[in-house]
Amino acid sequence: MKIVVCVKQVVEVPSYVEFGAGGADVDPAFTSRELNDADTYAVEEALRIRDEVGGEVVVVTAGDEGAVEALRRCVAMGADRAVRVWSDGLSVHDPIAVARSLAAAIRDEAADLVFCGVQSSDAAQQSTGPALASALGVPSVSVATKVDVVSGGSGLTVRREFEGGLAEVVELDGPAVITVQTGLNTPRYGSFKEMMKAKKAQIPVVDPGDAGASRVKVRRMFVPASSGGRDIEMIDGGPAQIAARIVQLVREVG
Amino acid sequence: MSGVLVVTEVVDGRLDESVRELVTAAVAVGGPVTLGVAAADVDAVLADTAIAGVDEVVTVRLAAGGFDHELQRHAVRAMIEQVTPDVVVLGYTIRAAAYAAALAEELGLGFASDVVGLSRDAGELVAIKPVYGGKVYAELGFASDAAVLVTLRPGVWEQAEVAGAPAAVREVALGGSAVSRVRHVEYLAPAGGVDLKRADVIFSVGRGVGAKENIEKFAEIANKLGAGLGASRPLVDSGWLPAAHQVGQTGVSVKPKLYVAFGISGALQHLAGMSGSKKIIAINTDKDAPIFNVADVGAVADILEVADELKALI
Ligand SMILES: Cc1cc2nc3c(=O)[nH]c(=O)nc-3n(C[C@H](O)[C@H](O)[C@H](O)COP(=O)(O)OP(=O)(O)OC[C@H]3O[C@@H](n4cnc5c(N)ncnc54)[C@H](O)[C@@H]3O)c2cc1C
Repeated sequence: MKIVVCVKQVVEVPSYVEFGAGGADVDPAFTSRELNDADTYAVEEALRIRDEVGGEVVVVTAGDEGAVEALRRCVAMGADRAVRVWSDGLSVHDPIAVARSLAAAIRDEAADLVFCGVQSSDAAQQSTGPALASALGVPSVSVATKVDVVSGGSGLTVRREFEGGLAEVVELDGPAVITVQTGLNTPRYGSFKEMMKAKKAQIPVVDPGDAGASRVKVRRMFVPASSGGRDIEMIDGGPAQIAARIVQLVREVG
Repeated sequence: MSGVLVVTEVVDGRLDESVRELVTAAVAVGGPVTLGVAAADVDAVLADTAIAGVDEVVTVRLAAGGFDHELQRHAVRAMIEQVTPDVVVLGYTIRAAAYAAALAEELGLGFASDVVGLSRDAGELVAIKPVYGGKVYAELGFASDAAVLVTLRPGVWEQAEVAGAPAAVREVALGGSAVSRVRHVEYLAPAGGVDLKRADVIFSVGRGVGAKENIEKFAEIANKLGAGLGASRPLVDSGWLPAAHQVGQTGVSVKPKLYVAFGISGALQHLAGMSGSKKIIAINTDKDAPIFNVADVGAVADILEVADELKALI
């Protein structure tokens, strides 16, 4: 079975930021980047299935040169190959453009199954997976908490999650895109040796061409008013004072 | 191409509770507002569509009950083709997110999800959405040659008033080619166990606890003070606490008299389960954590140090 996993090197911002790119994004000097948490579960799920039924796991990202680190981490985890998709015009803030760019690379792979993380921690749109399914012309299931490959790889039984902890079991035929919810497995780390090996992995770059054209542009970014403009009592003093105030408020409830 | 199409889902035989918020946002954008509903038993929810500001209702009759995101996508596409709106708004729910971006991709629409502000600036639609864990907001503009589909964060807009009578209803037919590639097997009820819904006071721990061993401290303090123990999802994901402790969108929704959030950042999906609490205390080392946006009392501190002081006090 050939499984493609789409991953993202997400951007983390600290408490204090300044803006660059003419105000349209956070100045990269203030950010750090790492593999998106939900994607580690998606990669683990793909590796688990490969190890059970055989086949290949290919990780793909749409991102700039810095995003290659996410791919290397996945290779260290055990992915067989990695592909990076990028064109200078591609906006990572447009999930549709990102999905179409990913599709441009994935189409050639003729995958039996495609996984994405349920959402990226930085954009939190839950959109790349469903948009990718549409671009590939295949069905999707979002927020999967269990994935079983049946009928020798052509069938899928998926448990998905809704509000309030309600779950639904659905069946579908591959190829399909499944967005993987956190917690459905325990993602492995690569060993030191595997990480050293992943550093040397050859990672080709695919140009998505027109697919990366975007219908949305970031006009500006800004830091929202703290506490949303509401009144909030900030407890002065150290941990002792904070603890005392908490106990007092608990006792007021009675 | 003008006006706003508001699409809502039917959950347990009722319109999703965010529908009146969506209408408020749609009215502010301007132009006629059409409310779209697709369900097996549309007639059962027609009374709920009587909302001030709604000019017309469009319905699509589905063959089967329950939620099928494939059929829902076909239905909303049929509505868009009939109504030709320039803006389509949905709630940012798990159900809508399952098909919203696919529909935008299919029809070549402008798209953004988890939007918290929507307006027009010289004719251009402008959406605001949180990025980077909610610490920064992005203001997005869209190409004007196609409609724009946005999903709106629940709980941001006021609820529109209920109207005396529903608006005129137009039924939209779903073509025979609209079939689902996903087959329903069964629904599974949420995990039982601790009953957080009954607790007057809840102490909830998030990733800020750092390690599994530290949870015991908070459990002990909560127990001594008669509080229930809640948690954010990552703690349940890691197997540090059973699922019944999870507060939030996919866990339990609670409205205690007092909710204390220890080391929880305040992601949308956590807020969805606790922002209705009467009083909220938030303790976090990051003074800009979004949890402070919903807190009544806050402290910037290390929760482990606060826990030691709490233990000493009680
Ligand atoms: C479909 C879907 C459904 C979801 N459902 C839920 C749900 O039901 N419930 C839920 O909670 N989440 C849910 N999530 C996950 C959610 O998006 C967040 O990832 C999660 O709520 C974050 O948990 P957290 O705040 O504990 O962790 P983080 O976001 O990592 O925040 C940890 C916080 O702790 C602070 N901190 C760190 N160390 C300390 C310290 N020593 N002292 C004080 N503060 C400290 C940090 O500053 C930070 O603010 C869902 C996600 C998706 C996609």
